[in-house]
Amino acid sequence: MATQSAENGADGPAGRAEVDTSPLIYRTKLPVRIWHWINALSIFVMLMSGMMIFNAHPRLYWGVYGANLDHPWLVISHRGTSGFVQIGGFEIATTGFLGYAQGVPYAFPPLVTIPSTYSLADARQWHFAFAWVLLISATLFMAYNLVSGHLRRDLALKREERSIAHLWHDIKEHARLRFPTGEAARAYNPLQKIAYLGVLFVLIPVVILTGCTMSPTLNAAFPWLAEIFGGRPSARSIHFLCAAGFAAFIAVHLLAVVLAGPFNELRSIITGWYRLPKERS
Amino acid sequence: MSKDNTSGLILPAERPTSLVTRRNALIGGAGLLLAGCDQINASPTVKSFLSLGEKTTHRAQRLVTDRNALAQEFSRAEMSPVFRQNGNQNPNTSEYNTLAANKFADWTLSVDGMVAHPLRISLAQMMAAPRRTQITRHDCVEGWSAIGEWSGVPLGLILKRAGMSSNAKYVVFHCADSTGGIPYYESIDMIDAFHPQTILATHMNGELLTVGHGAPLRLRVERQLGYKQAKYVMRVEAVASLDAIHGGKGGYWEDHRGYQWFAGI
Repeated sequence: MATQSAENGADGPAGRAEVDTSPLIYRTKLPVRIWHWINALSIFVMLMSGMMIFNAHPRLYWGVYGANLDHPWLVISHRGTSGFVQIGGFEIATTGFLGYAQGVPYAFPPLVTIPSTYSLADARQWHFAFAWVLLISATLFMAYNLVSGHLRRDLALKREERSIAHLWHDIKEHARLRFPTGEAARAYNPLQKIAYLGVLFVLIPVVILTGCTMSPTLNAAFPWLAEIFGGRPSARSIHFLCAAGFAAFIAVHLLAVVLAGPFNELRSIITGWYRLPKERS
Repeated sequence: MSKDNTSGLILPAERPTSLVTRRNALIGGAGLLLAGCDQINASPTVKSFLSLGEKTTHRAQRLVTDRNALAQEFSRAEMSPVFRQNGNQNPNTSEYNTLAANKFADWTLSVDGMVAHPLRISLAQMMAAPRRTQITRHDCVEGWSAIGEWSGVPLGLILKRAGMSSNAKYVVFHCADSTGGIPYYESIDMIDAFHPQTILATHMNGELLTVGHGAPLRLRVERQLGYKQAKYVMRVEAVASLDAIHGGKGGYWEDHRGYQWFAGI
């Protein structure tokens, strides 16, 4: 056993030992970094407490009413110790992950919820406290984006990036895990910009508005809320889909960090300094 | 354990008893993580920080909303085909059963506390009083919604008739039902008490309230969540403070389950 590994492993890919001489640039400004971490924390708390809130009634509906005797479009539940997810007419067995996992019959298992044992009351306290953190930090960051030019300069797609051909090229490059290098890595790439713009201008505003739509008091004061989303149960469904969107974003975002070089990426989001990846020859 | 070690050659240092399998490490790690999280959740400092959110929500909602804004009203076509029952579905005490057996002919609603003229109102008097009918949406804290038609006497009318003191800050609803021997009660502030849609309902969907839905009288406070809609209301009390009422937090769920008193979202 020991001799085998010595034969295979020692050298590794060539060129590792070479000293990295590519320039270190100051890429991520302080307000962006602060917002990133506050937002990361609040989104995680919102997702985890949100999953506990969902456990209280793990069914979603479209329309102006929706309760146990009505027709849900999504159910995450259990029969005995078998968990399942029902979407429309389809049913998927999910024992061990959703519906029934870790020995408890809840839609989302203890490992991913706040708190870990069933408490709708506590989950709501977490959710509504961090909702304020999310709302205030997102509002301030939005103001910063507009005033500082971060939005126009760094996030908005450049004219040449707005063509289908350009985006298709970027998608192919991503699929081959060939990320921009050299000077091209100074700026966000188009897919990255679209993902960030999607979070800032779609997910965050829609999740806040659909959240407000679930408030009976705000519903009374602002009847247009329920109208634009097609009713409170619909708003609750859209709120859940936004949460799924955040979860998908986080998964892709973290994967991209790992693939692009976790040390360099983490350094840039903590200190602001980023080493431009070496130009491919 | 023995299944994992089929290679046969087990050195003394690698006895199965000392092996930490990846699976066990994961489970152990997850357990530690959960225990840590639960400790955070139970911390009084964290609890008081989190309750800032509730207080901010209460203040902000009162600040940005019109205090008399009406909850959305619906058409008959939009009503839930079946309006589910929830919470206690029968107080099942001997007093209540006696009242119910006689179709609540002997039932009276007490109105007391900080009022100039305490009242006892019979069901017949409630039926004869001016009433409001509204088709509204009931939003349970759990997340479901049901639309039904409610008809009853505006609470503000009753409070005025009783000559409520201007020092009273809250209206408390004492109910006939209880959970594990603990009586149900709820309370609201004067903004909600005098809101035009806040009624003491005798009818649901055009018929007298059933026992399951809170006969003979339940509160409808349309801009709050379901657990504020007290069923089986026996007594309405005007108070200056909630501190001396049961657990002091303003309601059964608030006292015993940590639910927010202001159920504005």
